[in-house]
Amino acid sequence: MTTKKMAIIATKGTLDMAYPPFILASTAAALGYEVQVFFTFYGLQLLRKDLSTVMISPLANPAMPMPVPMPVMVQMLPGMESMATMMMKQKLKKHGVASLQELRDLCLEAEVKFIACQMTVDLFEFDKSEFIDNIEYGGAAMFLGFAGDTDICLFV
Amino acid sequence: MNFDKEFDASGLSCPLPILKTKKALSDMASGQVLKLVATDCGAVKDMQAFADQTGNTLLATEEANGAYTFYMKKK
Repeated sequence: MTTKKMAIIATKGTLDMAYPPFILASTAAALGYEVQVFFTFYGLQLLRKDLSTVMISPLANPAMPMPVPMPVMVQMLPGMESMATMMMKQKLKKHGVASLQELRDLCLEAEVKFIACQMTVDLFEFDKSEFIDNIEYGGAAMFLGFAGDTDICLFV
Repeated sequence: MNFDKEFDASGLSCPLPILKTKKALSDMASGQVLKLVATDCGAVKDMQAFADQTGNTLLATEEANGAYTFYMKKK
């Protein structure tokens, strides 16, 4: 049986959008897939050593379930983002959903390959020392070299 | 049912029961049976899908009081 392959492009750096790539990557690896995730633009935030800055915002996120209906004018007040993030993390924990850190560690343990987009790193003038160590840096052609030969390729 | 190893994934949500199963199987020998308990109802279909795609055999699934017990035989 040939090894199946999956490639994911992770472009979002918010708490809610960080879950799908890590969940799918770790699960596919558990199923025996060879997996690569290409982190570009805001997705690069998910490769930071410190994931505590990854947040969720109720602003411009009307589908987010809220405990009480909240007008946009209230959502934009200082501290709302931190509060929403704290509440979401509590909810995730209560329901036994793994933390981002845990899922990322499980990915790395399962040899999922993480690629950081070099162009975006340069564009935002990110310091590579802020990213976790076991990742590679590359560009679109490098990613497509793998993605072109995959069974599943997703853009998140 | 007889088993060689067991672990409890109660309270854990997708995809942790699958990831923990994979991990638990990794240091077991071919033919050995893993007993896993989970409370995530999504695990019922996921565990079968895991077995189908990895070649391990899901020998049985039992349900009691909201908990699911799986017996997975390693390939």
